[in-house]
Order: sequence, then structure tokens, then C-alpha cells
Amino acid sequence: MTTASVTIDPAAPTRAPRKTKSDRRGMRSPYPSWFYIPAGVLYLIFFALPTFSSFYFALTRWTLFSQTFIGFGNFVQFFQTPALTQGFVNTFIYGFVTSAAKVVLGLALALLLTGATFGRGYLRAVVFFPVLVSTVGVGLTFKALLDPFHGVVNQVLGFFHLPQPGWYTDPHLALLTVAGVDIWKGVGIATLIFMAGIVAIPSEYFEAARVDGAGSWNVFRNITLPLVRPAMATVIILSLIGGLRSFDLIWAMTNGGPGFSSDVIASVIYKQYQAGFFGLSTAGNVILFLVVTAIMLPVQWLLNRREADL
Amino acid sequence: MKLSPMRRAAAATAAIAAVALALTGCSGFGSTGSNSGSKVTITFLTQNDAPTRTQSKALIEAFEKKYPDVTVKLDTQPPGTQGDNLMKTKLSTKTMDNVFHYNSGSLFQALNPKTSMVDLSGESWVKDLDKNFKQVVSVDGKVYGAPLGTSSAGGILYNKKIYQQLGLSIPTTWDEFIANSNKIKTADPNVTPILQSFGDTWTSQLLVLGDFANINKQDPNWATDYTENKNGAKYVNQPAFEGFQHTAQIVPAGLVNKDYASMTNAQAMDALANGTAAQYPMLTGSMATVQQNEPDKINDIGVFAIPSPDAQYTSLTLWEPNALYISSTTSGDKLKASKEFVAFANSPQGCEIQNKTGAAAGPYSTSACSLPSDAPAFTKDVQKYIDDDKASPALEFKSPIKGPNLETILIAVASGSTSAQVGAQQYDQDVKAQAQQLGIKGW
Repeated sequence: MTTASVTIDPAAPTRAPRKTKSDRRGMRSPYPSWFYIPAGVLYLIFFALPTFSSFYFALTRWTLFSQTFIGFGNFVQFFQTPALTQGFVNTFIYGFVTSAAKVVLGLALALLLTGATFGRGYLRAVVFFPVLVSTVGVGLTFKALLDPFHGVVNQVLGFFHLPQPGWYTDPHLALLTVAGVDIWKGVGIATLIFMAGIVAIPSEYFEAARVDGAGSWNVFRNITLPLVRPAMATVIILSLIGGLRSFDLIWAMTNGGPGFSSDVIASVIYKQYQAGFFGLSTAGNVILFLVVTAIMLPVQWLLNRREADL
Repeated sequence: MKLSPMRRAAAATAAIAAVALALTGCSGFGSTGSNSGSKVTITFLTQNDAPTRTQSKALIEAFEKKYPDVTVKLDTQPPGTQGDNLMKTKLSTKTMDNVFHYNSGSLFQALNPKTSMVDLSGESWVKDLDKNFKQVVSVDGKVYGAPLGTSSAGGILYNKKIYQQLGLSIPTTWDEFIANSNKIKTADPNVTPILQSFGDTWTSQLLVLGDFANINKQDPNWATDYTENKNGAKYVNQPAFEGFQHTAQIVPAGLVNKDYASMTNAQAMDALANGTAAQYPMLTGSMATVQQNEPDKINDIGVFAIPSPDAQYTSLTLWEPNALYISSTTSGDKLKASKEFVAFANSPQGCEIQNKTGAAAGPYSTSACSLPSDAPAFTKDVQKYIDDDKASPALEFKSPIKGPNLETILIAVASGSTSAQVGAQQYDQDVKAQAQQLGIKGW
């Protein structure tokens, strides 16, 4: 398989560390604590403060200039929003479909691209390229390509007398179409992480397996797959979080439409902001925050535990 | 280049200060009008569709010729909900253009005119305004807007040639309308009986919003009850429910163009003018597209009211024109120039430009302007309904509440993902949210 040898040396850096103040305090950072201040201030102002004030504003009906405290009214109303259930269902479908596809395709591509393939460098660049393109640009490009009547894709299909689906105008297809584009755009990152994971597997394992007469499938099943599990955990967590809170691509391609058929929670909330329902949409964001946390904590716990078991 | 730590700190401080200065410089610039010197520049914001842009450019050109000391810079933004959002953001962050062009009625009310706009009650053109129009640009008796363009009607635009060929007559009930559409379909399968164009999502609302005159004819108190949340004036109840039923009916009946989910408003207008389609529920304002693209075909198109299930109630829904407003951030010379610009649009010269560049869509809302003698034929159809007292302003001019999700809900209803019943319920919820956000009593 790969020729990259493992160079991690167990006897790590040997230079004796200088005695510093922080060293005497116990351990840790070579930097003085006030180095944290700029980042801390930024974090407080732009993250902590808005997050905590949003918990309060979710309980009010507010405009930019005034606010009325209404208790849990916004939450009650949020759950009566048109097609909210569909938004939730769509969010999960979108999150799980894109995440699963990125894991499978990412791993397959990573195996291909770490093997001795012809034109490997070029193919790596091709796979990674979509990651570098602006999401909105990708969305608009695919919208043009997939146009049901004038788009290149359907014209080609028509030339071969194949059915020409309304990719993003058919309510049953719209969400999956966007998910497909999301996979195309995001699989490069997953591939990259898997490649790093595969390259880090010590080559001795592969050599030993070959000597024992293991075939490609056995090597993959019993060596590569278990040992890329940390990489897989990273890919799953990143793509699942990304999928659950995805918005930009959906908005660029369908605006959540036709009707509400490709609406996800984030686009439902965005539309409420757009309509000027600030309190209502803040409540929606609080709910989204809780839901994503409720899903991601167990997932992360599960994946990390498996990693430790290995 | 190596810098000592002191130097580096000094350089960083200088850089931060420069950025901060630049930022404050930007925010104070452009909107306030304490401009010295004789040349004044004002900005004018309008929507970016082709007819509006053409008209605005012509207006600015003529204005600058008459007032050589004033330069008007044209800014554009998208129409629809996206534009509404931008408009509100610009007003609340005080970055709005000096003069801006926007809807009258409920959308105007949602901009909080008392704090965001300049009171124009004292201007000379106010006395010429039609009283209905004056109402829809006023808050507490103060006038904030001047009309630009004509009023328009929301009805069924139809190709007269097709109606003549097939010997069809103007339907006065909804059933007659469906019967006509079926005849068109049987006569020539290549002609679309009814156009829908959800590529522009706002166009999905016509069968509901354009039905309001019929509701109003049956129950003249409906708009008041709706605003005050009384007497079951809801979209789930008749008479208002019929609009949702009509929207749900036409696609399954096979009367709509195949590409209804992606067709745009301009494409639909072209199809109607060229006779590849026969009828289109639409605002007469969209005739501007035909005026620009196929001016020789404009008289092939007529308009009739969206038929009520009962002929005695069938009447035409009217939209007041959009208006020009001045943002409250404008002062000094810029305010003077902005007022001159608004007044110019309603002067005889301004009216002439409006007649020349914007297709008239119905009568003017100010006596300062009048339609030219060669106005397109369909404006006479509109006038006939007004003369017969079979017309009413749309709901958005009689009530401040309009739910923001109507267009999306109706697309779901039309394409069959939601039933008419559920769609109407959803819209009632949407209306409730809007009423509460506006702080209206009774919700």
C-alpha cells in the first residue's frame, strides 16, 4: 500500500525545559496568562454575551428599539409554525444523509488516493477543489445546471430519452438534490481527514497481514477500518454538526422551497428573522441549540468511548 | 524588517486607530446632509426589475436637467421579501438612501414611518392626492409618501385573440372560468389555459389576494374584523377560504403550464402576449414587461376580475401605486433636494415621463397626472369596474396585517404538498404572529 513510513519516535524532544514561573505553578502553558485576554475579550463580546442574552430575548417580543416580556409565548408559537415538523424531519434527513455519504465516499476516495494510483496528486486536487469554492457560488451554479427545462443535466438526459426530473422544483426531490450538492462540495474535507488517518497507520501492520496471506478485503476490514476510527469519529461529528445546522446551500438553491419541502430548522428561523419576528426566531435558535447539543453530546460520547476501547 | 517590541506596539496601536477612524468615518458619511458648496448629491433607492430601473433613470435624467445643482445617484435592490428585509435593516441602521421607492399600505406601515421617514404633509402635491391613496401613505393624519406610477389591478389577464377565436365570453363565476379553461385546453393542447410562475414566488398569491374584492362585496366589514380578530374573519372560514380552494384546484385539474414551478413572471407575460397561454392571474403592473418586450401586442391582452363562486359578488381588486419616501436621516440641502425630486415626480413633466416609460396599469392616484389618450386597452377594462362600483382596494390597504409566509404557503398548496384547509390554517397562524409583532390590540 503506502510507502510512507511511520516516523514517530517514542523518545520525544529531549531539550530540558527552562524553569519558568508557570512551570513552578505546576505545569501547562509556556505563555503568561494575559496572553489569553484578547481572545477572551473577543469571545465574551461576540460569543458568550450574545448567547446568554439570547436566552433572555427568547422570552420577549422585541424590535430593534423595544421589547415586551411574554414568558414562553414565543416557544409555544414556534412549535405552531407552519411546516415546523417537516423542517425538523428535513434537518435530520439532511444531516444524516450528507454525513453518511461523506463517510462512505470519503473513505472510498481516501483509500483510492492513498494507494498508488496514476495521477494521484492531480486527483487529490480535484477531490479537494469543491471545498475551496464559495457555497453560494456552488448553489447558484448547480441551480443553473439542474434547471428542469434549460439545464445541461436534463438536456443530456433528454438526449438519451431518460426521464428528466425537476431536480429542485419537485417537492419530493428538492431536499435530496441539495443534499447531493452538499456531498459533492463537502466530501473533499472528509477524504482529507481519512487520508491523514490511513497514512498514520503503521505500515508494519499491513506488511504483517500480507505475510499472513490476508487479501485486500481482509486488510481493509481488519486493519484499515478499525484503525481509522478516530478519523471516522472526526468526520462523523464534523459533517453531522455541519448537516444539522446547514443553511447557506439550501438558501442559495431553493430558499427552502418549493413550498416548505426543503426547509430545515435554520431556514425556518431565518425566514422568521426576515419577517421581523425577532423574539420568535431567537426562541427558535435556542431550541436549535438545545437540539443540536442533545444529539451531539451522546454521539461524541459514543464515538470517543469506542476510540478508548480500541 | 525588524521592529523592536516598543516599535511593534506603537505600530499596532496606530493600525488599530486607523481602522477605528475609518470605521467611524464611514458611518458618519453619506447620510447626513450638512453639505457645503452648491453641488448636492442625493441617493435614490428603487427595485432592480427592468421596467422600474428604466423609469427611474429617465426620471433622474430629466430632474438633473431641470436642477443642474443636484446629482441623483441610483441604487437598486431586489423586490419581494428579500427587499423588505433589506429595507428594514437599512432604516433601522440609519443607512437608508435619501429617497426610496416602496409599497404603500401594510408594508409601508411595517417600516415604522413615524421614526424612519420625513413628514411630507406640507408639500404642494399633497392636495392632488386621491383620498384612498392619501390614507395608505399616512400615519396619524400625516402624509409620508408621494405616488410614483399608476394604481394597478389584480385579476385574470387574458389573451383576447384566443378568447375571440374560441368564442369565449368573460366569466363571471369561478365555475365559468374553469369551464372556459377546459375549452381552451381541448381546443389546442399546446395552449396553456392558466399560467402559474413560481420562479418568482410572490406571483403565487394572486388567487388569494386578488379575491379580496369579492370577499369585501359579500362582507364589507371583513377587513375590520380581520384586523381586530373578531367574528371569525379568518382564512379557514368562507368567504376568504375560497381563494385557497381556487389555488389548490387548478394544478390537479391539469389546467396549468408544465413548468409552473420554475417559470418566472417575465416568461409568463411573454407566453401570454405570444398566445402560447390564454390566462394568467396577475397584477396589471406586470404589463410593463409586455410594454417593453412586445409593445405591438399590448392591446391583445385584457383583464377581468377573479370570479367569485357567485356572480353577484365578482369584483376587481385594486392596488394603490408604490410611493416615494424620504428617510429621516436626510437633512439640510439634501432634504431640500430630496423634496424637489419627489415633487418633480408629481409635476406635469414627471407625469409625462411616467406615461412614457412605465406602462400605465390603471388610473393614477393623483389628479396631477392623467393617462395618455393612447393608453393600453386593458386600462379601460380596469376603469369600467371602477365606474360600475365593482372594485375595492386590496386587503393590504385596509388592514396593516399581512402574514409574511403567504407566498410560500400558497406554493405548497398549489403544488399539492399541503391541502387548502391546512394551508389556510397555517396562514392564519402567520397572520397572528404578525399581528402580535405589530402590537395590534385583540391578538
